[in-house]
Amino acid sequence: MKEQTPLLIMEGITKEFPGVKALTDVQLNLYPGEVHALMGENGAGKSTLIKVLTGVYTFDEGSVTLDGKSIRITSPLEAQNLGISTVYQEVNLCTNLTVAENIFIGREIIKRGRLDWKEMNKQAKELLKTRLNLDIDVTKLLSFYSVAIQQMIAIARSLQISAKVLILDEPTSSLDQNEVNQLFDVIRKLKKEGLAIIFVSHFLDQIYEITDRLTVLRNGEWIGEFKTNEIERLELVSKMIGKDLNELKSGERRTSNKAFERKRPFLQGKNISKKGKIAPFDMDIQEGEIVGLAGLLGSGRTELARLLFGADKADTGEIKINGSMANLASPKQAISNGIAFCSENRKTEGIIGDLTIRENMILAMQGLQGWFKYIPRKRQIEIADEYIKLLNINPPNPEQLIKNLSGGNQQKVLLARWLITNPKLLILDEPTRGIDVGAKAEIQKLMLSLSKEGMSVLFVSSEIEEVLRTCRKIAVLRDHKKVYEFENDQQITQKDIMKAMAGGMT
Amino acid sequence: MTKGFQLDSKHLPLAATIGLFIVMFLFGSLRYTGFFSTQVFLNLFIDNAFLIVVAVGMTFVILSGGIDLSVGSIIALTSMVAASLTMNAQLSPALVIPLSLLVGTVLGFSMGCLIHYFNLQPFIVTLAGMFLARGLCYLINVESITINNEFFSFMASTRIPVGGGNFISISVIIALLVVVAAIFVAHFTKFGRNVYALGGSEQSALLMGLPVGKTKILIYTVSGFCSSLAGLIFTFYMLSGYGLHANGLELDTIAAVVIGGTLLTGGAGYVAGSVVGVLILGIIQTVIVFEGTLSSWWTKIAIGGLLLLFIVLQRVIVARSKTTQTSIASH
Amino acid sequence: MMKSKLFWPIVVLLIILLINLFFDKNFFTIEVKNGYLTGSLIDILNRGAPLLLVSIGMTLVIATKGVDLGVGSVIAMAGAVGAMTVSGANGDSLVPLFTAIAFVIAISILTGIWNGVLVSRIGVQPIVATLILMVAGRGIAQLITDGQIMTVYYDPYTFIGGGHLLMLPFSIFIVAAMLVIASFLTRKTAMGLFIESVGTNPEASRLSGINSKNILLMVYVFSGICAGIGGLILSSNVASADGNNAGLWYELDAILAVVIGGTSLNGGRFYLMGTVIGALIIQSLTTTIYSIGIAPEINLVVKAIVVLIVCLLQSPEFRKKVFGVFNMKQTEKKSKNEGVSIS
Repeated sequence: MKEQTPLLIMEGITKEFPGVKALTDVQLNLYPGEVHALMGENGAGKSTLIKVLTGVYTFDEGSVTLDGKSIRITSPLEAQNLGISTVYQEVNLCTNLTVAENIFIGREIIKRGRLDWKEMNKQAKELLKTRLNLDIDVTKLLSFYSVAIQQMIAIARSLQISAKVLILDEPTSSLDQNEVNQLFDVIRKLKKEGLAIIFVSHFLDQIYEITDRLTVLRNGEWIGEFKTNEIERLELVSKMIGKDLNELKSGERRTSNKAFERKRPFLQGKNISKKGKIAPFDMDIQEGEIVGLAGLLGSGRTELARLLFGADKADTGEIKINGSMANLASPKQAISNGIAFCSENRKTEGIIGDLTIRENMILAMQGLQGWFKYIPRKRQIEIADEYIKLLNINPPNPEQLIKNLSGGNQQKVLLARWLITNPKLLILDEPTRGIDVGAKAEIQKLMLSLSKEGMSVLFVSSEIEEVLRTCRKIAVLRDHKKVYEFENDQQITQKDIMKAMAGGMT
Repeated sequence: MTKGFQLDSKHLPLAATIGLFIVMFLFGSLRYTGFFSTQVFLNLFIDNAFLIVVAVGMTFVILSGGIDLSVGSIIALTSMVAASLTMNAQLSPALVIPLSLLVGTVLGFSMGCLIHYFNLQPFIVTLAGMFLARGLCYLINVESITINNEFFSFMASTRIPVGGGNFISISVIIALLVVVAAIFVAHFTKFGRNVYALGGSEQSALLMGLPVGKTKILIYTVSGFCSSLAGLIFTFYMLSGYGLHANGLELDTIAAVVIGGTLLTGGAGYVAGSVVGVLILGIIQTVIVFEGTLSSWWTKIAIGGLLLLFIVLQRVIVARSKTTQTSIASH
Repeated sequence: MMKSKLFWPIVVLLIILLINLFFDKNFFTIEVKNGYLTGSLIDILNRGAPLLLVSIGMTLVIATKGVDLGVGSVIAMAGAVGAMTVSGANGDSLVPLFTAIAFVIAISILTGIWNGVLVSRIGVQPIVATLILMVAGRGIAQLITDGQIMTVYYDPYTFIGGGHLLMLPFSIFIVAAMLVIASFLTRKTAMGLFIESVGTNPEASRLSGINSKNILLMVYVFSGICAGIGGLILSSNVASADGNNAGLWYELDAILAVVIGGTSLNGGRFYLMGTVIGALIIQSLTTTIYSIGIAPEINLVVKAIVVLIVCLLQSPEFRKKVFGVFNMKQTEKKSKNEGVSIS
């Protein structure tokens, strides 16, 4: 990694969406023959930056220079032609075409007016063999191969386009260790050949294993550029989540609550797991207890929560509710067992956009009651009004369509949807993400008062401070595994949690 | 094609289709005297030449993940245009033929544009196209127009001997040419591969930089053209133009394509399969004719039954390949 | 919300009716003839009854993001079953009539279960699943009638579609009853909420503990019943059953009525009253074209254009391209409210 001129320079990139500044004055320098990690939590702007670079979005301000030439990329096709290729986590190839077709489609070899499959198959096979050490039948359908191989094929497609810059967006999240090693071998080989590689991953171990340098983003802003072997894990995590290490030592603490003394377990989970999502874990939640789930994005927090709610089916394990075995195979069953789940994906898994605040609120309750015990309209409005007041929802009109509300207010409506069912355990997956500070504080306060009334809460959050302030017990996840469980007494600091999240020796 | 020969899920529906055809033909041959003859087999082509041509166009549409409900109406409209231009306007066939072909092509192109530019569902756009084309028929003439023209009669009655006293019609030649051209287009041109890619995943196709919009519009244009060509063949067959011609044909066409092994969700299937699909529909009719006592509406019930069989078969295949996928795929 | 959705359909309906007045001064006149109310408006209601019924059922199906292409065939089958049951009957005994009604409802429930199981349990796309019945159903109808047009010589049967009650055609009461039932099911039970919720966001509904499978099944069964009763009215009205032509194009007209009524083909919110007005628009259009003396076949062209216009108006791309600047500002404001999430 000698000092040389960067292959790609992005400077002062600013991208604004209606109402949101997604990127502010972000820069990125990429040298040939390096693997460069792009780091940041959800909403940091990684995806936006990549989309700007690949022409899916156009940036508002700034400049991009490739090979010394200023460029302006307006479409994915143009990016490809310039030599910038992306391999996405969800392999964006066509599984119904053959391997060779996937490599060559869009730039097929044509001989005498027809596609020359013989030549393309030959070249595809050669390409995979010589550059990726992959010896497979290229005339088979893509769906015949595993995701790992599909990813290799996607890389091969980029190479065939003679890429200079290769972007790997979360390539490893669905691979097992062997496959990751295989992929890393390829990455090292390509690096030697002088390719510049941008590597996005939530796995810190992998970042330290494969990358040379890294750029950290937070809230759409550029935080810094570091040599991977010169920055400690803990420091990196603190840059990502925006907590100064010195500041961390003197964090304010919640006073431990006497009410937690009564220990009656509500939920006891043993050896629960789902292949490719989360390794086997145990989980106990006491009545009236707030349990925090900490971990970086993609560490398996959501996956764990979904298993407890029956949103996904677990492969192994058993769950006891109030001491007796419970079958949580579907959300409906979980709900009737007194469990509620507020998803982190408000838009796709939470709100029913075309319906009103009132309808969204009573939905889960009505689901419990069935078709014929319809909550009378008058009662619905009463309930809605009550929760609008309780949660301070704006606009305070139960007949407003939920899709017209701000994120924070949508979140409150969803909270109300579950509170109305009077659950014993409320699972909140990132309830405070993307909402303003005031709403955040309100939700935290609400959690505390609910727990005082005896409701258990499983609180998933990437903000450690928030977790420390509210939770009685904190479980930490890393790389799809539950790695630590802390009792939140006076000794635990943000630094401890972060160490657990970051893993490795520091 | 240099594809593997093993029978993976990709070839299963097609194999089932061909097997089904052979079984049905054997069944007919054993049961009815006179069934097992070359001419009976050739008649399948003669009687269904137009259906083969529409099915070819529909195959592209369904491969891309779309649907075209307007084909039957466009056949009727083409027959009407051809008949009225020939009989009322007294134009020569040299003009009538290209003008008639233009009818479906323009309609298909317009529908493709609506689907692409305004992101409308193909189902509803082609439904409107279906109404429109039928309505236009009646605007030309409510009654049937009988064609009395030398060229058309020639096209209708010429028998091309193929040895052994058997014969085919000119329409069959046209249909087979269309099939050969379509197979070439599907497998040896960029457009053909783009259609498959589009049916596989529109989003992937976009991200791979394929010309998705252009391909979509072209697909419906091709289908419109095929419908018009089929309309001409139908006109040669019936020697008349009529607004009620080819009523409900869109369903037969879709059935033929699906029975021919093309996945209704798009992305997998073969033009050749659709031809076999048409032949299966043809043989059902032939069996019913030979049976004599069976009523012709059994055809519809049989088609419905086959459709169910193949759709469920497809679901099973798709579901199976999905479970192997998602077990390793991302969240 | 409700008001603005119904506003344009009502305006269109009124315009069509007013056009009639221009050609026929007595269009709005309702007279008492032979003890019955008669007039063009009554006629539209009476003739539109089967379409109204089918459209009501179709509304619920479309609200779940589905479509039922089998309704035309169900009409044919129901007519055939009804006519067959009473074909041998004579005289005034009402037993054959009620047997016929029972059979018709039974077979329409059966068709609904068929479609509903394919869609909800096997997971076939609605267009495809209902296509099977659309193809095969007509064959079955013809099988029942033996390919003939079956004529009924049993007076009580003709009462359903041709009789009168309280000076009004009896079919109007059937429509009203079904409309009341549909409104009751969807507004007085949780059905409506569940349908709209599943149609808008199936995953969020699942996570809220709603079993979408039974809702889908229910919706197709209801659509089947509506079509079946519609078929009974049609067949009773002409005292015959025609397996080939009864209910032809009904699926398309019904979809059109639903879309005109403001329910989106993308599922979600549905408007039963909107559908009723949509169906009346289609029926008045047909009547108008007859009464003005244009070739009735032009109806198809008009319908095609109406479908396109309505769909274009519902397409965000179209609105953005045509109403460009104005709308851009609005969506901008909207997304500001929603808070675009970046990830």
